[in-house]
Amino acid sequence: MAKFTIPMPGRRFVIGVPYVWLVLFFFLPFLILLYISFVDMGNSIDPFKPLWDPQTGVLSLKYENYWSIFRRGEGGAMFDTIYIEAYVRSIWYALCTALLCLAIGYPFSYFIARAKPSVRPALLMMVMLPFWTSFLLRVYAWKGILADQGIVNQTLMWLGITKEPIFMIYTDVSMLVGMTYVYLPFMVLPLYANLVKMDFRLLEAAYDLGASPFKAFWLVTVPLSRSGIIAGFMLVFIPSVGEFVIPSLLGGPENIMIGRVVWDEMFTSNNWPRATALAVVMIGFIVVPLAIYYHYTGESAEARQ
Amino acid sequence: MANKVPAEGFLVTEKLAKRFDETLAVDDVSLSIGRGEIFALLGSSGCGKSTLLRMLAGFEKPSSGRILLGGQDVGQFPPYERPMNMMFQSYALFPHLDVWENIAFGLKREGLPTAQVKQRVGEMLDLVQLGQFAKRKPHQLSGGQQQRVALARSLAKRPSLLLLDEPLGALDKKLREQTQFELVNIIEKVKVTCVMVTHDQEEAMTMANRIAVMSKGRVVQVGSPEEVYEHPANRFVADFIGNVNLFEGRLSVDETDHCVATTGIGEVYVGHGVSGKANMQLAIAVRPEKIEIRKRRPDANHNVFTGKVKEIAYFGSYNTYIVIATDGSQVRITEANTARHVHSEITWGDDVHFWWSDDAAIVLRD
Repeated sequence: MAKFTIPMPGRRFVIGVPYVWLVLFFFLPFLILLYISFVDMGNSIDPFKPLWDPQTGVLSLKYENYWSIFRRGEGGAMFDTIYIEAYVRSIWYALCTALLCLAIGYPFSYFIARAKPSVRPALLMMVMLPFWTSFLLRVYAWKGILADQGIVNQTLMWLGITKEPIFMIYTDVSMLVGMTYVYLPFMVLPLYANLVKMDFRLLEAAYDLGASPFKAFWLVTVPLSRSGIIAGFMLVFIPSVGEFVIPSLLGGPENIMIGRVVWDEMFTSNNWPRATALAVVMIGFIVVPLAIYYHYTGESAEARQ
Repeated sequence: MANKVPAEGFLVTEKLAKRFDETLAVDDVSLSIGRGEIFALLGSSGCGKSTLLRMLAGFEKPSSGRILLGGQDVGQFPPYERPMNMMFQSYALFPHLDVWENIAFGLKREGLPTAQVKQRVGEMLDLVQLGQFAKRKPHQLSGGQQQRVALARSLAKRPSLLLLDEPLGALDKKLREQTQFELVNIIEKVKVTCVMVTHDQEEAMTMANRIAVMSKGRVVQVGSPEEVYEHPANRFVADFIGNVNLFEGRLSVDETDHCVATTGIGEVYVGHGVSGKANMQLAIAVRPEKIEIRKRRPDANHNVFTGKVKEIAYFGSYNTYIVIATDGSQVRITEANTARHVHSEITWGDDVHFWWSDDAAIVLRD
């Protein structure tokens, strides 16, 4: 049988489109970002100065934008800056969010994957359904739920569990609740896609060889869903690090995350070079786990062949 | 027909039944399997053989009836507490574990000390001759090698009962024949009682000591391979095991030493009595290889019929003729090609005689 091939010019076009897209909308903007992160701060009209001044012929490459992220003032201690603090906090909260999503999402996905094939689409639809309403509305809704006079506190007080309302809104709790809620589908979908493919007879084989249902789950299901766990974890972790809206709406004033810091540098201090340098460093922080992720998925894809 | 049931049944099922919603998948199955036997459940797909095996393994709970293993009722035990292991259809090897870990899986769940696990896995690897593949993952092995890993894994715990679900189903034909003998050798070497499920009668005949032929959830006949082939209990078994020509007819003569049935192709003489009612409905079953075919009329007193050759198929080791008998029915006749380069005198459209001896036919009442 003849293999179907697209004629040469068409083939180039098909392959070329995503490349052009990536270069135009990802690579070039990133270069601009990188460029701004190495120039001097501008004035009130221009947010940054050009790298090379054509009138004076002076090339002013500024490394301070980066240095100031890691070191407070000249001769200050390394890593003792509000930026590093914000990075660490962001990564910590993103980690918590990803772990919470995993803890909630795994049983969720497992349940959907084990449901009758006829009801699976409906269950998946229910996971996706929140996306149909505005993201902001949903986050604001949590404000109402978690507020001092919100549903949770009113119920707790009505039940007599507490006399005073529990202070939840504008704390770590409310922020993590919001982040976990918003990112949960990103955990559920890859996990579901992985778990639904699992051969149920492997569990039977494990039972047959003397593994209790818990042991069989731990020794067979979990290792076999590893690539799904990693994919879901990354899909939640990476956007959580730079999350800006949820912390501003649900988080407290003391737990500032890096997204907020970049915003403030950009729009309050009007310091574009520092804001872009912060963004570039953040990308660095994210590329490392991403590289690990691709390393593992690449490996398991190889194993499946 | 008297089924030779071993005196002590090591595995006994008593009126075992399984109902799924409205369908009865397994219906009132009572079997007694002796220690060390290789017992085959044979039937076409949907006959309930797999459900029966899954009940033995513990993956399905019986709707009624009991399963006794060495006198102990194991019917309500979960699979992980039964002293039996299963080799799954297409093996169900753990893809994330290497061969060594796959075989060690059951031993580790038993809580065996590491040294003993190592020793036992080593023994198993030797048994199936896969020592040099211990560190390979299942997907890096051929189908035959995977099958041996699956066997080693199911034997590692030294189960008192081994269950085989279509053990050779995933192998191609050539490999299947070779593996059949290998598998039986290994099973006999470790002296494990074995229940296998198969839809392949050849597989059941070559491997098993006894066969239970199943249809629609019930066991229709239990017997040695020879018994079920030569003395099928009814039309279904005769038709299911091997090829058979069935001639419907009525009993016209019934003496102690012979009987005669009047069928569409003529009077069939059978060399034994059936002690049936006169004129009762019955079927005469004759295996294709028991019929002889010639152009000239043979020198025989009984069971000589005439017909016209419709088809001839050459299978290498034997020829198959399809002959249209006088009543229009098709008769299948096979003839072994024992000599080299002998051109058969018979061709398409020839008028031929075919006959069989007095003891070749089987009288079937059901």
